[in-house]
Amino acid sequence: MSPLHSDTRAVAGAVARRNLRHAFKNPALFVPSLVFPLVFLLAFAGGLSNLQNVPGFDFPSGYTAFQFVFVFLQSAAFGGVFTGLAVAGDFESGFTQRLLLAAPRRTGLIAGYVAAGMVRWLVTSTVVTLAALATGMRVDGGGADLLGLLTLGLLVNITATLFATGVSMRLRSMQAGPLMQIPIFITLFLAPVYVPEDLLTGWVATAADVNPATALLEAGRGFISGEPDVVAVAFACGVGLVAFMGVFAVRGLRRAEREA
Amino acid sequence: MSATDRGALATQVGFIARRSVKRTLRQPALIVPTIAFPLILLAVNASGLDSASRLPGFPAASYLDFAIVVTFMQGALFAATTAGTELATDIESGFLDRLQLTPLRASAILLGQLAGAVAVALIGALAYLTVGLIAGVSIKAGIGGVAVLVALAVLIALAFAGIGAFFAARTGSAEAVQGLFPLLFVTFFLSSISLPRDLIEIGWFRTIATWNPLSYLVEGLRSLVITGWDGTALASGFGVGAAITILSLAAASSALKSRMART
Repeated sequence: MSPLHSDTRAVAGAVARRNLRHAFKNPALFVPSLVFPLVFLLAFAGGLSNLQNVPGFDFPSGYTAFQFVFVFLQSAAFGGVFTGLAVAGDFESGFTQRLLLAAPRRTGLIAGYVAAGMVRWLVTSTVVTLAALATGMRVDGGGADLLGLLTLGLLVNITATLFATGVSMRLRSMQAGPLMQIPIFITLFLAPVYVPEDLLTGWVATAADVNPATALLEAGRGFISGEPDVVAVAFACGVGLVAFMGVFAVRGLRRAEREA
Repeated sequence: MSATDRGALATQVGFIARRSVKRTLRQPALIVPTIAFPLILLAVNASGLDSASRLPGFPAASYLDFAIVVTFMQGALFAATTAGTELATDIESGFLDRLQLTPLRASAILLGQLAGAVAVALIGALAYLTVGLIAGVSIKAGIGGVAVLVALAVLIALAFAGIGAFFAARTGSAEAVQGLFPLLFVTFFLSSISLPRDLIEIGWFRTIATWNPLSYLVEGLRSLVITGWDGTALASGFGVGAAITILSLAAASSALKSRMART
């Protein structure tokens, strides 16, 4: 391995380990990222299950599985936001400024935050999945389908972490929280959240047509029902978003290097 | 309490209320999200959930009519955090300590502090109504119903502001008050806020929604929009709203007195 890669890995490992230790040792930081998806799962899958009786609703695996995919991907996105808030917190405490001086490969910082975000989300997604199964979710997809769903979740999580990290690197304040949360929240809710896309009406139907979250959601629902759909489009969107947000985060890092 | 005492209390409440209203209205960061966020959610959900209005037994012609009152509930949620954060900030900054050197009573401080949150809730209620009416919502109870709707919305905001003030007085921390938001948010979702209780299919969820007092607040507000004058729904809405207001203000007043006695 070249010294370049070795330096990046060392920085990423140190940042990830610190972030994870900090998150798991502070229930006030970790619990909300766990509780929010569970509440959405209960509220949507429990409270709105009658929507499966709307004429034209034809998802074969039931409403809990239909909503589970949304909550699964939403938890991946908000897991990224929580990691972004941790980046902002590190700037406010002066920790990142010290890291910028000490780290031989600064892009390792971003890699470290992304790795920590992925581990945090894997814990959250496990709990959400167990909760969904406990409430009677039907899974019709096989192992390969579920692996596809997990990969989509990871792509969403990495995208959101890179976006939130990019925002944090630019603003370097916890007050940037709404700037991370609101765009992600709106993007997710402008997709077919409650009913399939062809049952949407009005301006949300138009927005859902061009929203990449729609492809991710529909592919995820295809995986869990064992009837994969729009898989290539969803993965192209996921990989494209990761690449785009990766550039956004690295440019944010360069700005932080100049200004912090 | 003599008439002179009552007059003195009213004057004290007036002083604190003026400061609270001025301070709140001077912060766009408090007002804009309170008005904009519920309206954005309404726009998204009214369109995304419109197919729910095709369910047999759904009580409204459109989901927008059904969901307009959700904005009032979200406004009340913001009132809770606004009132709590402002009181906690006064505790953290030492302003409450300085007030103790004056003849002000704890009850006057509490009632005055809530004025800012109630003012924001009132502005929000009028904004939600205006946008709703422009978007095509029709209020079945007519003009009188609009007045009652605003009155109930303000009562609900006062009830939630009392809860925020209680948390603030107990903890003395604005950060702890912010932690109240997810808790109340959870309670909102576990009510009849998204579908009528008789259309909730899952038994345990319907039971929680039936026990959740927030369901009765929502249903009281909603009855004016989609039913007209429904005495039972209104009595439940005002009854639950008044009960939460009395309990939360009594708890907040007691917590504030304890805090003032300690410092």
